[in-house]
Amino acid sequence: MLLIHCPYCNQTLPELEFTYAGEAHIARPADPSSVSDEEWRDFLFIRTNVKGPHYERWRHFHGCGRYFNAVRDTVSDRFLITYKTDDPRPELSKLLEKSK
Amino acid sequence: MSSFRVSGRGRVDHTQPIQFTFDGKKIKGFKGDTIASALLANGIHLMGRSFKYHRPRGAVTAGSEEPNALVGTRRGPGRFEPNTRATVQEIWDGLQVNSQNRYPSLSFDVGAINDKAYMLFSAGFYYKTFMWPKSFWDKVYEPFIRAAAGLGVSPTEPDPDHYASRYLHTDVLIIGAGPAGLAAALTAARAGSQVTLVDENPEAGGSLLSEPSAMIEDVPAWDWVAKTVAELKELGVKVMTRTTAIGYYHQNMVGLCEKLTDHLASPDAETPRERMWRVRAKQVVLAQGALEKPLVFDGNDRPGVMLAGSAQTYLNRYGVRVGNKAVIVTSHDSAWYAAFDLADAGTTIAAIVDTRSEPNSDLIAEATKRGIRIMAGHTVTGTEGRLRVKSVRVNPVTGSTVGQAEMIGCDCLLMSGGWTPSLHLFSHTKGTLKWDDERQTFLPDHKAEECEIAGAGRGLWGIEAVLNDGAEMGAAVAKSLGKKAKAATYVVANDRPGTGVSHKELPTDLDAGKARAFVDYQNDVTAKDLRLAVREGMRSIEHVKRYTTNGMATDQGKMSNINGLNIASDALGVPQPKVGLTTFRPPYTPTTFGAFCGYHKGSHFEVTRKTPIDSWAEENGAVYEPVSLWRRAWYFPKDGEDMHAAVSRECRATRASVGIFDASTLGKIEVVGPDAVEFMNRMYTNPWTKLAPGRARYGLLLGDDGFIRDDGVIGRLADDRFHVTTTTGGAARVLNMMEDYLQTEWPNLDVWLTSTTEQWATIALNGPNARKVLEPFVEGLDMSDEALPHMSVAECRVGGFPARLFRISFTGEVGFEVNVPAHAGRALWEMLFEAGKKYDICPYGTETMHVLRAEKGYIIVGQDTDGTVTPHDAGLSWAIGKMKPDFVGKRGLARPDLVAEGRKQLIGLLTEDGKTKLEEGAQIVLDPNQPKPMKMVGHVTSSYHSDAAGRPIAMALLENGFNRMGETIYIPMPDRVIKATVTGTVFYDPEGERLKL
Repeated sequence: MLLIHCPYCNQTLPELEFTYAGEAHIARPADPSSVSDEEWRDFLFIRTNVKGPHYERWRHFHGCGRYFNAVRDTVSDRFLITYKTDDPRPELSKLLEKSK
Repeated sequence: MSSFRVSGRGRVDHTQPIQFTFDGKKIKGFKGDTIASALLANGIHLMGRSFKYHRPRGAVTAGSEEPNALVGTRRGPGRFEPNTRATVQEIWDGLQVNSQNRYPSLSFDVGAINDKAYMLFSAGFYYKTFMWPKSFWDKVYEPFIRAAAGLGVSPTEPDPDHYASRYLHTDVLIIGAGPAGLAAALTAARAGSQVTLVDENPEAGGSLLSEPSAMIEDVPAWDWVAKTVAELKELGVKVMTRTTAIGYYHQNMVGLCEKLTDHLASPDAETPRERMWRVRAKQVVLAQGALEKPLVFDGNDRPGVMLAGSAQTYLNRYGVRVGNKAVIVTSHDSAWYAAFDLADAGTTIAAIVDTRSEPNSDLIAEATKRGIRIMAGHTVTGTEGRLRVKSVRVNPVTGSTVGQAEMIGCDCLLMSGGWTPSLHLFSHTKGTLKWDDERQTFLPDHKAEECEIAGAGRGLWGIEAVLNDGAEMGAAVAKSLGKKAKAATYVVANDRPGTGVSHKELPTDLDAGKARAFVDYQNDVTAKDLRLAVREGMRSIEHVKRYTTNGMATDQGKMSNINGLNIASDALGVPQPKVGLTTFRPPYTPTTFGAFCGYHKGSHFEVTRKTPIDSWAEENGAVYEPVSLWRRAWYFPKDGEDMHAAVSRECRATRASVGIFDASTLGKIEVVGPDAVEFMNRMYTNPWTKLAPGRARYGLLLGDDGFIRDDGVIGRLADDRFHVTTTTGGAARVLNMMEDYLQTEWPNLDVWLTSTTEQWATIALNGPNARKVLEPFVEGLDMSDEALPHMSVAECRVGGFPARLFRISFTGEVGFEVNVPAHAGRALWEMLFEAGKKYDICPYGTETMHVLRAEKGYIIVGQDTDGTVTPHDAGLSWAIGKMKPDFVGKRGLARPDLVAEGRKQLIGLLTEDGKTKLEEGAQIVLDPNQPKPMKMVGHVTSSYHSDAAGRPIAMALLENGFNRMGETIYIPMPDRVIKATVTGTVFYDPEGERLKL
């Protein structure tokens, strides 16, 4: 069982308290009616399916209830970082350097 | 007792005799014996039959890696366990042990015919033999395979034992309490770390228990173990025996299975049988030692053929000589010491056969001193004996030439092919391994977790080297925790360090194709099978493994992996590190389902949610059905009624006068805040801005893909407050979805969402007399049609309790839903029920609710929709606020596929004969005479007998359904084809007259 750091509670807690919530940084278009069918398809269905560091969302479901973002390596199942939803997308090169 | 027990020897208690049965025969042993050691003490080697060939087998090891000696153990009704390893299970008075895989008896087994037909059962025989003819699979092959396959027999009764589950946090977890683990624990604990030490054996000591002559710091090994364990306990170390580390998971979580009662004659009923520990350790030391490898030669599986180190263990730990006359065959020094110990205990050593041409001279001197015949540079090419080995065929080997054979008589053959570091747990962490050419085995390389590997587990040999390594690793983990630690240096006298070489199958002068040289004993895989797999094109070790099943038995290749690799590597002509190793997975040893389940069984398997009114339903004879985690009253049968009769009566009574229904399971979400109305406008399809406080509206929730996700009536209590209801099963999902949009898409909206499902008890009253029953209890509210019209909500008091009263209907009758605080639910229900008696009030369950709503064509999300249904498909286009700039799903609804013609649409169906009720889920076709496979154009979603319509009614999703009104469609069933007519979905009171007061 993984230990996950909730950036809102600022605590590292067992995976049991969290639920996965799909890929991160996929913003809903501000005016959906103005986007093309292809753009809307991409928003709904197209995901990166990364082998390696993956930007994804989690929810501290049995805790504060907040959604937050994380970078997790899908090969090693290791979290490189978790961060608040309004924090900027962290740069991968810096994260990988830090994790070494 | 028998001549095989050495009096006064071993750690068994010679003053405490114990009697158990083996295949009904009484067997005597001592306290501290395992089933295997007790049987061996009685001269019994034959303990089971093999999996595929039903060959006679005996114990080949003395530990948890045992592949052969699997037995059934019984402790009384329900307490039967198959495939218990006889080498691990301790005996107690009255234990019943049965051999497996044999019929009619262990010594005469008809299944052994498979052994004669071994050519049929070679690698991949499944894929070849049972391919043809295809029709034979179901009737002939599968039943045959199912009857013949499998280890042991599954228990059939429920397990009466209980199992526990615990968490543990520790600084240092040390796995294995042999010399390395003990030294590591001592060092870390002395440095002030909090230490947990676990071992799968009943006592600490590991290999030291088999080496009593060693002197550690001038103290005999066993005394040193006792002294060390005592000091560890004094230092506060948690020492756990009979505890197996079964799996090593992320972030230093290790699963431990602690066996608590299997070794006891009369366990306390309160004690769990096993306890699963989930340990989170800051540091882990893996001190699991090494496992001895067999040598691979023809007949290496006969009872009496055993690992030399195990024979040494039986002698020194259990006081049992495994035979009177032994031959040793080895490629490692360690087996020589086993021979010396046995010789000193009175067993005749007929010969030591060493595959190496020049064994260590000190060993030769020791053997010569004991008068033992030494056959260096020799190999074993076969064994004889039906149920026990009686002779060994030995040949000299020069280069690749195998010389003249000699038969040597014996009653046991002790082999050693060297030792394999036990790295299973390390591999669970995805720690990498590297091939060590000198030791011809894999050693740990890069670590993926905070751990150290100590002792034989990283290829060290000899007690002194292992103790010192353990101490160093103990110091290393303590230092990493910020402690000051110092590793002691141990001096060991009478140590038995040694070296050896590793082999593929041993060379032979006979036909290698006919050799029954076993690599994997438990799955009956021979060297020939592995070579065949390579010849037939398997290149990856993972393919070789799966094709031959090598290493796939319950012992997970503890003994067979390296031998299998050596042979595959030779057959492929590729060095071992290039071939690689298959993956070890948890659990390390077979683990009971009970230990994994822990407390989660029976009523604790899943929560049963009950409403505040559930107890009334139970007292009044309700039949329940599960709805998500809730148990809901399904119907209330009166004396002798079946479901059909009860539901018909409940429907009639509700439409005729009044019915009362517990709707408390409806999901409820309080949406509050200055931006509540904007939030509702964005989430739901409907427009909410103009909905006045005090009014309610049917709300439809889509996903952004445009498909229906949920629905429910939503009341506006104030400008900034909505009472949202959801489907029973959808409550958590809807709140999750709302939170997602609110937190991540529209964080600027000032809205709070609160689940209030369990705060309210909800009682629905429906029927022409519903208002008459309710009105006398309502305070502070005008119940007239003008003040409280259909689709409205008000806050008031009902029966003295604060209430939110909805006038809504899911039945087509005049209806009210009263929400009161949960604690008041049953009291109000009873008041209403009592008052309703003069109107013949009828409690009804979910089935009647379903029928009444279906008569009106009201959908149930998840039954009439399936995640691919749009509002238009469901006939709910009216619920869409077309003027709104955006809502979740609006853009999705404009997708090309969603606006296309001919989608599956929700329609009504009436069977042509007016009597047949369709089956929900039944497929619909347009032409019943078309060839198979037929084109299916839809399916029945809801189907009931309708009392109001006087006939069965149904709803269905049908391609282009709206344009097929009046057409006949067909529902093929196994025994006939049913004809039905397409209609609208409203079967009763289409004008809605009955909703009026």
